[in-house]
Amino acid sequence: MTESQTQTLLRQFETLLLIRACEEQLVELNRQGAPDTCSSIGQEACAVGVIDALEARDRILTNHRSAAHLIARGAEPERIFAEVLGRIDGYCGGRSGTLHIAARELGIVLTSTIVGGELSLAPGVALAQKMGHGDPGAITAVFFGDGAACEGIFHEALNLAALWQLPLLFVCENNQWQAYVHRLETMADAAITAWAEGHGIATQSVDGNDIEAVHSAAKSAVAAIRADGRPQFLELRTYRLRGHSGQDDQAYVNADELRYWRSRDPLLLLRQRLSEAGGLDAHTFAALQHDAHTRIEQAVAFAQASPWPDAASLTEQVYA
Amino acid sequence: MTRMTTEQALTQALHEEMRRDERVLLMGEGAATKRPALAREFGPARVRNTPLAEAIIAGTAVGAAASGLRPVIDLLFAPCLTYAMDALVNSAGKLRYLSGGLCEFPLVTLAMTGSGWCVGGQHNHNLEAMFVHAPGLHVLMPSTAADSKGLLKAAIRDENPVLFFIDLGLLHQEGEVSDDPGDIVPIGKAAVPRHGRDVTLVSYAKTVPVCLQAAAELEQRGVSAEVIDLRSLKPLDTTCVLDSIARTGRLIIVHEASGLCGIAAELAALAVTRAFDALRAPVVRVTGPDAPAASSWALEQAAVPQAQQVVDAVLGLGLTGGHGGAAGEPAWRARA
Repeated sequence: MTESQTQTLLRQFETLLLIRACEEQLVELNRQGAPDTCSSIGQEACAVGVIDALEARDRILTNHRSAAHLIARGAEPERIFAEVLGRIDGYCGGRSGTLHIAARELGIVLTSTIVGGELSLAPGVALAQKMGHGDPGAITAVFFGDGAACEGIFHEALNLAALWQLPLLFVCENNQWQAYVHRLETMADAAITAWAEGHGIATQSVDGNDIEAVHSAAKSAVAAIRADGRPQFLELRTYRLRGHSGQDDQAYVNADELRYWRSRDPLLLLRQRLSEAGGLDAHTFAALQHDAHTRIEQAVAFAQASPWPDAASLTEQVYA
Repeated sequence: MTRMTTEQALTQALHEEMRRDERVLLMGEGAATKRPALAREFGPARVRNTPLAEAIIAGTAVGAAASGLRPVIDLLFAPCLTYAMDALVNSAGKLRYLSGGLCEFPLVTLAMTGSGWCVGGQHNHNLEAMFVHAPGLHVLMPSTAADSKGLLKAAIRDENPVLFFIDLGLLHQEGEVSDDPGDIVPIGKAAVPRHGRDVTLVSYAKTVPVCLQAAAELEQRGVSAEVIDLRSLKPLDTTCVLDSIARTGRLIIVHEASGLCGIAAELAALAVTRAFDALRAPVVRVTGPDAPAASSWALEQAAVPQAQQVVDAVLGLGLTGGHGGAAGEPAWRARA
């Protein structure tokens, strides 16, 4: 591993740590009475690996499990916590809460919590880019899960993107769980990429917990879209290490399966990789983890001090 | 002014607005096939045939609207809107608000509905009130060729998502239409095609001509009826309706859609909460039934309010003509 590769992985590791600290704090705040959140603990490498392959000109759509995407794109944890707590300093002034956070200044343009909703909107964002609205050469990336792949809109979106040759990167974070149901109860095993290929879209399926594999696949997919303007499809095989939301105790999860995926925690894998390459000793690790937790503590303090929205603003911004 | 059908007026509006603003594009099942002149003038990038897939047509329009384009989508028949509900109701209607005003969705959805073609309940369903109930959307349903053109132009220029309902029964009706590309009909403003003193008939779409016919018959009996054509169901021109009630003291609302939780119910509530003192008689609704539209001509027409029903409703208020207020023993009082 070159020094530059080590530095890239170290920077990505810091982002993973920040996301993990943020997600764990969101769970803790929920335990204390804050709203439920849908955590992406276990899926962080997907967000960071893909978003690091995008450029500032590109546009992103995400879903209810969005904290990792937001932080990977440079969102301030202060404003994420403020949003989740419904405060004025949140990205959406507290109107969104945790479920539909958009941050247009970061290029995270639309977020839908209706599973598959993000897939319905993404072709239009890419169509506007194709028709010259947006930065030249820009593409759109849409994050969704295996649950959304079971919605009819998944097929409608893939067909239209292929038919109209839209610059759209489909990113399926296959976390094996569709709310409270394992995906093998709802779909044939290798369905997702086969479905995409059936629409004539080039696919890659990689280990979503291996950030180097994710990043490499995303870079080649993004380069292909910029080169020929056609959509690409990434399946990132990962695992939702926590329950669907809030304090869900995962009593329905097979213990052996959970143990297996915990041993493949993306943070653990990257830490091992960096340690083996001599890029991360125990002291540095402890320092990075401390930094992440400190940052999150500050963010929570900021959010808790942020004012509530004025009730008089209740019906503002419904209409343009 | 040029005489033309509602269908021609709508196509002319699309032509003028697509010429005026290159961000406007038209998408739908047969959008290019059915409007070849538009396809020729603006090309395949801006006039797009789509798969028969309303959910992705609408979703794509919403995503494009948030990204600098101004799409018009033609979903053909109003019942097809249920496939498009997520994009229109959950995304276009809510994501501006939920994002704290970060985005706008300037898009127009066209859909035909109403009796006249004997197509049955899966092609004919006046479900406009469903969209009135969804925050963030505007809902229009004009009755004349001129208003169809002017309102569609206004809708395309509006920054909000607009549901534009086209009454099937009026599609081939002719009317005088402005030739000036600058003329629009403002959203949220009702028209008063007939002024009167004794009773206010409020309606929209195909039951506006029904009310006008009823008003003509009532005039023969010495009753002066005012007819209001709402045109815009949301925003609703409550000022126009309240002003009229203040003068006539009587309100009858007529529409083809079911009366249950519909526009008529809303206007009845408006009258009793905001104009109670002016009312000289109970508010009456003359509406379609809580039943799917049947295909049989006899049954289809039986579901649509007819002029005689409106006349009977007015006379049932005790109006016997030749006065601006005093009435004989009203039927509603006798029943009570």
